[in-house]
Amino acid sequence: MTAQDGASPDQTLKTGGSRLRNRATLSSRIEIVAGGFLVAGAVIVAIVVPMIDPAASTAVGAAPALLSPGFPNLLGTDQLGRDQLARVAAGYGISLTIASGAVLISLVIGGLLGLLAATSKSSIDGLIMRTLDVVMAFPALLFAIVVVAIFGSGSEVLMLAIGIVFVPVITRVTRAAALETARQSYVEAATARGARRSRVILRHIAPNSVGPVLVQASILFAVGIMLEASLSFVGLGVPPPTPSLGLMLSTARNFIVSDPWIAIVPAIAILLLVLGFTLIGDGLQAWLDPKKRTTAR
Amino acid sequence: MVLRRLALTVPILLGTSVVVFLILRLVPGDPAASILGSNATEQSIVKVRAALGLDLPLWEQFGAWLGGVARGDFGRDYITNQEITEQLELRLPITVALAGVAFLLALIAAIPLGVVAAVREGGWVDRSVRAVAVLFIAVPDFVFGLLGILLFAVGLSLVPSSGYTPIEEGYLEHLRSLALPAAALSLGLGGVLTRVTRSAMLDVLGSDYVRFAKASGFSSSSIVFRYALRNASVPIITVIGLQVGYILGGTVVIEQLFGLPGLGQLIVEAMLARNYPVLQACILVFVAAFILVNLITDLLYTVLNPRLRRTSTS
Repeated sequence: MTAQDGASPDQTLKTGGSRLRNRATLSSRIEIVAGGFLVAGAVIVAIVVPMIDPAASTAVGAAPALLSPGFPNLLGTDQLGRDQLARVAAGYGISLTIASGAVLISLVIGGLLGLLAATSKSSIDGLIMRTLDVVMAFPALLFAIVVVAIFGSGSEVLMLAIGIVFVPVITRVTRAAALETARQSYVEAATARGARRSRVILRHIAPNSVGPVLVQASILFAVGIMLEASLSFVGLGVPPPTPSLGLMLSTARNFIVSDPWIAIVPAIAILLLVLGFTLIGDGLQAWLDPKKRTTAR
Repeated sequence: MVLRRLALTVPILLGTSVVVFLILRLVPGDPAASILGSNATEQSIVKVRAALGLDLPLWEQFGAWLGGVARGDFGRDYITNQEITEQLELRLPITVALAGVAFLLALIAAIPLGVVAAVREGGWVDRSVRAVAVLFIAVPDFVFGLLGILLFAVGLSLVPSSGYTPIEEGYLEHLRSLALPAAALSLGLGGVLTRVTRSAMLDVLGSDYVRFAKASGFSSSSIVFRYALRNASVPIITVIGLQVGYILGGTVVIEQLFGLPGLGQLIVEAMLARNYPVLQACILVFVAAFILVNLITDLLYTVLNPRLRRTSTS
């Protein structure tokens, strides 16, 4: 029997493997697209709704209080008669700004520290990583609370607090990716050609280590939004009357029995946004990680 | 390995205690002035500063504070002048019970679901389990909590919507008061653990020794439970250790939502009242618990996987 006559066990394995791989690639693409839709939807709501009526999110008494979803208040109104859609849109704006700022801070600081740790001598590497171990020893929410305790509340402080919480994660991922890249033959070739160390790091190691760092960043977006919402929920985030989704939910607790809508609207709004970023992060991870692709995880 | 792991814990504990100690010194304002209020005179402020030891050099203050902490003395609450240790003794058991029940619920649901999903890889059970796990990971615990209150407390009246019943007032009522908060706290963790269990099981089920066991005629259940799950337990335990941080952070929010008078609620109260010594003590207890659990999980590896005893993996 020749190989053409029938599938050898090896071929069966290969075909099975490739079917799983295709299915995994397809499912990770579906995840990325679905997540992209959710995030794009939130971004559009955050940009477009405030354009229609910029003051609607804080306009007290603009409509009767605690209206159910309907017309003209599509998502109803809160206990002060403010439009819930306008407040969700403004809340999305705050969440996305804080999460983006935090991720950016962590990418800049963590990226630089990670590159430095990977390309320096072991004493500097050790110093950086052990210092970050101390930050990682704090549960994320508690470290953010420590930063808020020191600097006071507000959007910028939240950005900084969440950004610092993320620094060790980005540093570790950057360091691991940069160490892997530094072993590649093209980096050795550049060094052998006599390229300066800074050039090797910035032109060869850094750009080729970006993939895993960006995947991690997309996952951190989801975590950042959750952390912001959690801090605002317990009253340690953005101060009222700024419409944060966490703060909206916290206020909604008092009306949950008589007017459940007031809680359901921000709850679903947070859920959709975090789900969007989680799906993108998951999809990217599965798509870019060949090991995960082959095992359809 | 055990000694090395223990040695690594000491500098981390010391580093975190420095950070926690500095909270009180870095926050704006003079603690003595805030204790005495707006009518304080310069003299009385100096007196209180001396009484609190705030006039000493920073390193001496740190030494005195750390010495106190080592003896279980966290100092006094600036506002009520109560011993902070007494407050911790009252509050800690509630947080431990909440986190414990949440962990238990997550483990009971996640491990079997992860195993089933891995065994039925690619099928509808696997796909459904993965979809639900992603959803659980993506939803903040307080959102689950609020939806849970709507459904189980307001709608079905199965559990109270808030408040805590101590165990002395009856086991059933105690569990009822913890059921909803613990369930809300467990879902995110359950989602993460399900995915890790599935992933770890897939790795093990694809290994040569499992194929050999299959070929030798071992029953599927024996392969899955006696061999595969045991070997898949190391990554699962690692994630459990890391997720303790998530659960501890979660208790802060969940205790606030359900009005549970635990350590998490004390943190928020202390923050809002600018009661920094209490905040310091609570954060130190949480961080120490997190470090301790991770130490225990690292040591558990060697019990579960004897091969790790001889390597220096940390």
